[in-house]
Amino acid sequence: MLRVDALTVRFGGVRAVDNVSFELAEGERLAVLGSSGCGKSTLLRAIAGLEAGDGTVSVDGTDLTHAAPDHRPIGLMFQDHALFPHRTVEQNVAFGLRMAGEADRARTRRVREMLALVGLEGFGGREIATLSGGEAQRVALARALAPAPKVLLLDEPLGSLDRHRRERLIDELPDVLQETGTAAIHVTHDHDEAFAIGDRLAVMHAGKLLQVGPPGEVWEAPTSITVARVLGHTNEIVDGSATVVWRADAMIVDPTGPHEATVDRVQFRGTSHAARLRTSDGRMLRFLLDDPPTVGDDVRFRIDPARVLRFD
Amino acid sequence: MVLLPIMFIGLFFLFPVGTVVGRGLGGEGLDAVGELMRSSRQRSVLWFTFWQAVVSTVLTLAVALPAAATVGGLSDRARRVVRSLVTVPFVLPTVVVAGAFDELFFATGLDSGAFRLRHTVWAILIAHIFFNYAVVVRVVGTAWAGLDGRQAEAARVLGASRWWAWREVTLPLLRPAISSASAIVFLFSFTSFGAVLILGGPRRATLETEIYRYAVSRTDLTGAAALAVVQLAAVLALVAVSTWLERRRPAPIRMARSTPTLRSRSGRWINAVVASALLGVPLAVLVERSFSTGTGYGLGHYEALGTRVRQLPAPATTALWNSVHYAVLATALAVLIGVVASVVVVHGRSGWRRLFDLGLTLPLGTSAVTIGFGMLVALDEPPVDFRTRWWIIPVAHALVGVPFVVRTMVPLLRSIDPSIREAAAVLGASRRRIRREIDLVIGARGALVGGGFAFAVSLGEFGATSFLPRRPDDVTAPVALFRLLSTPGDLLRGQAMALAVVLMVLVSVSVFVIESSHGTTEGSL
Amino acid sequence: MKTLSLSLLAVVVLTAACGGEDRAGEFGSDPGGTTVTLMTHDSFAISDSVWEAFTAETGVTVELLQVGDAGAMVSEAILTKDAPIADVIFGVDNTFLQRGLDAALFQPYESPNLDRVFDELKLDDDNRVTPISFGDVCVNYWIDALPGAAVPTTLEDLTNERYAGQLVVQSPETSSPGLAFLLATIVGTDDWEQFWANLVANDVSIAAGWEDAYYGEFIAGGGERSIVVSYASSPPAEVIFADPPIDVAPTGVLLDSCFRQIEFAGVLAGAANPSGAAALIDFMLTDTFQEDVPLNMFVFPASQSAALPPEFVEHTTVPIAPHIMDPAEIEANRDAWVDRWVEIVLG
Repeated sequence: MLRVDALTVRFGGVRAVDNVSFELAEGERLAVLGSSGCGKSTLLRAIAGLEAGDGTVSVDGTDLTHAAPDHRPIGLMFQDHALFPHRTVEQNVAFGLRMAGEADRARTRRVREMLALVGLEGFGGREIATLSGGEAQRVALARALAPAPKVLLLDEPLGSLDRHRRERLIDELPDVLQETGTAAIHVTHDHDEAFAIGDRLAVMHAGKLLQVGPPGEVWEAPTSITVARVLGHTNEIVDGSATVVWRADAMIVDPTGPHEATVDRVQFRGTSHAARLRTSDGRMLRFLLDDPPTVGDDVRFRIDPARVLRFD
Repeated sequence: MVLLPIMFIGLFFLFPVGTVVGRGLGGEGLDAVGELMRSSRQRSVLWFTFWQAVVSTVLTLAVALPAAATVGGLSDRARRVVRSLVTVPFVLPTVVVAGAFDELFFATGLDSGAFRLRHTVWAILIAHIFFNYAVVVRVVGTAWAGLDGRQAEAARVLGASRWWAWREVTLPLLRPAISSASAIVFLFSFTSFGAVLILGGPRRATLETEIYRYAVSRTDLTGAAALAVVQLAAVLALVAVSTWLERRRPAPIRMARSTPTLRSRSGRWINAVVASALLGVPLAVLVERSFSTGTGYGLGHYEALGTRVRQLPAPATTALWNSVHYAVLATALAVLIGVVASVVVVHGRSGWRRLFDLGLTLPLGTSAVTIGFGMLVALDEPPVDFRTRWWIIPVAHALVGVPFVVRTMVPLLRSIDPSIREAAAVLGASRRRIRREIDLVIGARGALVGGGFAFAVSLGEFGATSFLPRRPDDVTAPVALFRLLSTPGDLLRGQAMALAVVLMVLVSVSVFVIESSHGTTEGSL
Repeated sequence: MKTLSLSLLAVVVLTAACGGEDRAGEFGSDPGGTTVTLMTHDSFAISDSVWEAFTAETGVTVELLQVGDAGAMVSEAILTKDAPIADVIFGVDNTFLQRGLDAALFQPYESPNLDRVFDELKLDDDNRVTPISFGDVCVNYWIDALPGAAVPTTLEDLTNERYAGQLVVQSPETSSPGLAFLLATIVGTDDWEQFWANLVANDVSIAAGWEDAYYGEFIAGGGERSIVVSYASSPPAEVIFADPPIDVAPTGVLLDSCFRQIEFAGVLAGAANPSGAAALIDFMLTDTFQEDVPLNMFVFPASQSAALPPEFVEHTTVPIAPHIMDPAEIEANRDAWVDRWVEIVLG
C-alpha cells in the first residue's frame, strides 16, 4: 500500500535518510528501531511531506512525492505531541476532521469515539496545559487517528512516558491500530517497544535501513555487526580478522569454563542481576545472572556457542 | 528595582502631564471637558481619530504580517538586515516623507481625479502603514522566528492547507506578539500629527492636531488641556480594554527547535516587492533628490553638511552628532527601564502588572504637546528643576522608547516554559538569579529589538523635542532638517535631503549593530 | 549578560548626566548678571560674532533657548510665567502680541535706542515690547510658470479664472503665514468672505503649513502650482541659496497681498537678570545686531540706521503699503475669523 522508493534526504552535505526503500501492507505495522540521530525522525517527516527529498513515496499506487502534507492520507504523531496549546482536548482531536470538512454532528461523534478509544472519555473540555504526559500522549494519538489516515507515522510516541504508562500503551497501541485498521510506522529506540508493536522490524543506522524482517528473525539473525550492536550484542571481541559478538544472556557461569574475569560491578535488575566483568586484558564484558556474584571475586565462565555471532 | 520604572514614569510623565493639564484647566476643571465634548466638531474629531487609528492598525497588520512570516523564515543575518532596513521610516520627519508621497502622487496622477489619494483619508492610511510597517515586522517577526514550527506541521499533516495552518495554529500562537504590535501601531496612529495634517489635508483633524491647534495656534490652553484629558482618557480606556481582552495569559509556547522548513519562495518575492513599493519608492525619491545638485548628480549636498548655513544654529553634522548622542542615552535608559518593567509585568503581582502595562504604554498615546509643555511647566523647581537641562531631551525620547522594549520583551518572557525556570531553581538558582540567567538572557533578544526601536524613535523624534528649550549647540537632526526646509532655496532643500538620507543610513546601521550585539543565535536557545 | 552590561552602562551614563557637571549651569539663577537668557523660536539665527561683540561690550554672555515656532513659544512663555526660563523673549509677532500682553508676560522697558526704530513698528505705547525686525507675508509667484505670462497685481486678480488652480495657501488654523494672509484679505478686500468664496471657486489649494505649500505644491519643490503664500523675502532666498547660482530671482511678489509681521522682544516679568535683559534689548537695536538680521532670518531690521546687505536689497521688493492691523483687533476677532474661514473654505 505505502511504497517508499530510494528516498534520500540531504541536510547540507549529510544524508540524513540515505536511499531508503520499503513497502508497507494494508494494516501492517512496521517498527523502525535505531539510536537517536540515525535519521528515523527525518524518514517519517519526509514520508509525511514535511521534508523534501529525492526518491518517491506512493500510497495505493498514487505518487505523492510532490504532494503537500495536507494532501497525503498520512498521519503523524510527533515525538513531543505538538498539541495545540491554545485549543481544548476536543478541539485538538477535531482539528483534522474540521480540515476534512466533516459535518458538526459527525465530528462530535467521531471525537467522542476517538477519546473513548484511547481511554479519555470526558476529557474533551480540558485545556492542554492541564494534561499529564500519558494523557497528552493519548490525545495526540486520538488526534492523529481521528481523520482516519491510511498510514499513521509514530515518532517515538512513548518516549516521554513513565515505565508503567509505557507498558500499558505498548499493550494498547496495537489494539487501537488493529481496531482502526490503520497501517503504521512506529519509530523507536527501544527494543521491547519495537518487538511488541511491529509486525515487521526495520533496523536503521546512519540514514540507511540495514535489515527488514519479522522481529524474531531479525533478533535471531542480524545480518551485519551494526544491526547486532543495535539489537543488544554489547559484548565484543576481535578474533583474528573476525569480530565476535554476543548478548549478556549468552554468558554462562561455569567453574570449569575456559575464561576468567573479575567482577567489577553488580546492578540489581529485578528478575536478574547485571554484572560487569573485567578481563585480564582490561576489556569489559556484560552478564545477566540470577545469583549475584560479589564485587572483586574472580569468576570462570563460558559463552553459549549457539548464541555467538561472528562477522568477518 | 521595581521603583525605577515607577519613579521614571512618575517624575517624567505623570507629574508633568498632570501639572500641565491641571494648570490648563485652571478654575474650570472638568467642566471644560464636558463643554468640549458637547461640540459636534470635537465629537467627530474624536470619532475620526479613533476609526482612522483602527483602520490604520488593521491595514498595517494585513500588509506587514506576511512580511513578518517571511522575516521569521530568513537566516539570522538576513533577518537582522531586514529588521534594520525597515526602521528607516522611523527617523524621517513627516514633512519629508509627505513631500516624497506628494511627489509620487503628482508623478502617478494620484493627486487629482477619480483615483485621487492626495488630501484624502487614504493618504493618511498609506502613510501610517509606511511608518508602522516596521513595528509589525519587527515585533511579530521576532516572535515568529522563535516559534516552534511543529505545531503548524502537525496541522499540515492533519490536512490543513498552508493558509489554514497559519490561521488556526500559527496566528493564535503569535497572538501576544500581534496584540503588542497592534497596540503600538494603534497608539502611533492615534497620536499621529504630520501625516494627518499634511497628507490628509486641511479638512482632517485628530485629537493630536486639535491639541496642537488649541495650544499653539490659538493659545487656548484651557481648550488644549481639555482635549488632552479626552485623549488621555480615550487611550487609557482603549489600553484598559485591550489589557482586559488579553487577561488570559497565553499558554507557554515552546521555543523553536526546528523552525518551519516549508517556506514558499514566491511568498518571499511578493513580500520583497510589497516592501520595496511601499517603503522603497518614497525613500528612493529622497535619495534621488539628495544627489541631485544644480550641476547634475553629485555629493555637493553631502559635503555642505559640514559647514553651518545661517539657517541652522550649528552645522548639520553637529546636529547629527547630537542626535546620535541623545539616541544612545535614550536607548540605554529605555532598555534599562523597559527590562525591569517587563519582568514586573510578567512576574509581578497582578495589580502591579496591570498598572505597569498601562502606565508605561500611556506616553505612546499622549500628545507631544502635552509631554513637552508638561515637562517645561512641572520640572521647574528644585529638586526637580530639569526643564532646561539638555538631558531632558533624551529622557523625553526614552518615554516613547520604553513601551517598545516592554512590548517586545513581554511576549518573549511569557513564552518561556515554566519548566525552564523550575529547572534553574532545582539547579540551585535563586529567584533573582533565575531572572538574570533565564529571563534576561532569553528576553535579551526582545530587549535589543525594543532597544533598536528606541534608538530609531529617538533619532527621528520631532514632537516633544520641538517644544523643549534647546541651546543652539543642542539642536537635533530632525529639528535642523525642518529648519533647512523652512527657507526657500534649492541648496537648503538639497542639504535637507542629504541630511535625511544620512539619518536613514545611520538608523539602519545602528539598529543592525544594536541587534547584532546579542551573542546567542535567536530561535534556538 | 550583554543586556545587563548595557543596563549598567545606562546607570553610569545617567548618573554622570544627572549628577555631573551640566554643560552650562542653570538658567535664571544668575543674580551676578554675567549671563542673560534669551528665549526665542526655531527660526532665530544670528552670527556668532555678533554675540561675541555683545559680550565684549557688556561682559554679559547670552544663553539662547529655542522652543518650536512662535506660537509654541508664546504658549510656553505663558505657561511658565510664574517661573520664567529666560530673561528676554524674542520673536513674538503682532499676530500673537496681544496674547502676551493680556497674559502680562512682559515688564516695560524703554530702550534708549528706541528712537532709531521706524515709528510705524511701535505698537505698544507702554514699551512692554520693543520692535526688532519686520517682514511681510506676501503672495509669491513663479514668473516663468504664470499662465499667459500675466503677472497678478491685486488680490482680486487671484480670483480671475486665468489663475484657476494656480494658488496654494496655508490654513490659518495651523500656519502663521496662513493667518497673516487671511488678515491681509480681511484688510485688503471689500468683502473678504466673498473673496474667499471666489478663491474656492477658482480651485485654491489649502496646505497645512508653509513647507508643504512651498515645497509640496508650488513649482519650487516640484509641484504644479505657480502662486503661493510666502514672504516678501523669499525671492532673495531663492537667489542666495540657488543651485546652480542665478542672477535673477525666479519668483516675484504680489505687493497688494502683503501683511506686515513685526517681531518684538520683551523683558519677561520675573526675569532673574533684568539689567542684563535691558542691555540685551539695547544691543538688539544696535547696527551690529540689526545689520546681521536680514541674511540670517530673511526679515528687515527695525532700525532706520541699519544698512541693508546689498544681495538682500537687490532681489527684495519692500512693500510700500502692506496691510496692517491692530494687535487688539486681531486678538478680539481671530478665532471667529478663522472659524468663519473654515466654514467658507473647508466647509
